[in-house]
Amino acid sequence: MTLMLPPYAEALGIETTRDDDGRIVLTMAFGPHVQGRPKFLHGGAIAGLLEIAAFATLWDALGEEEPRPQAKPITVTTDYMRGGRERLTYAAATISRLGQRMANVESFAWQEGEDKPIAAARMNFLLARG
Amino acid sequence: MPPDQKDIIEIRKKVTSGEIDPRAFFEMLNQHSHNGLIGVQYVANADNWVELAIDYDEKLVGDPRTGILASGPIISLCDMASGMCVMLTTGKFMQTVTIDLRVDYLRPAKVGHRVTGHMECYKHTRNVAFVRGYAHDGDADSPIANVTGTFMFLGAPQ
Repeated sequence: MTLMLPPYAEALGIETTRDDDGRIVLTMAFGPHVQGRPKFLHGGAIAGLLEIAAFATLWDALGEEEPRPQAKPITVTTDYMRGGRERLTYAAATISRLGQRMANVESFAWQEGEDKPIAAARMNFLLARG
Repeated sequence: MPPDQKDIIEIRKKVTSGEIDPRAFFEMLNQHSHNGLIGVQYVANADNWVELAIDYDEKLVGDPRTGILASGPIISLCDMASGMCVMLTTGKFMQTVTIDLRVDYLRPAKVGHRVTGHMECYKHTRNVAFVRGYAHDGDADSPIANVTGTFMFLGAPQ
């Protein structure tokens, strides 16, 4: 599966896969470019990963709709739950509601296991349909 | 060589005691990490606020159709400005971690414009610091985002 990711996702080194349920799962390798304090991920890089997970899941859900609506983030709230360590980070998103004008999306990031999230973001998007 | 955890605590002690000024602190710490990737620069600070900025950079674009910056770099910028302003306002040198950060986008940043994050620590307790601020792309009276957040002090270093 190939999903077009924006330049920012490339800068963070994000890759996409699908799990057995067809859900989009993103990965981000650890490196200096995503490091904050020594030995930990930067909160901003985690927020970036969560944002890309939300966008990728949203674009996937919008499917073949042409022209693709523009999704403008209106509010982004990020909760940090555990420090991100020097290892691969995963992220996936759930769409709580996809309407005509608004989409509400929740993203989670984890490392050891999905039951131990390191961070979550709630993003509310305005959908601009051309 | 990027500084390690112990170096950083030592450097933070010197900043809170006034031995190192905030600009020098920023230059010591932030060239090797994620802040180097997005190109965060020190702009200014006062008693309870810090201003940092990032230049427009095509690699930080979130939507190639519009050229508008992604949300992540703006969150990184405000997170960094918050952490620094918490340290300078409270005078506590121990590191802080973000509990949560909320960004409301008032309008998209203009393509090609430098983005400045201005964060203020308006309240702190023994364990928690509260911040608020905004991001703008050239005119502070017309912000692109409103930002609020909470930070927790990590225990005193061993």
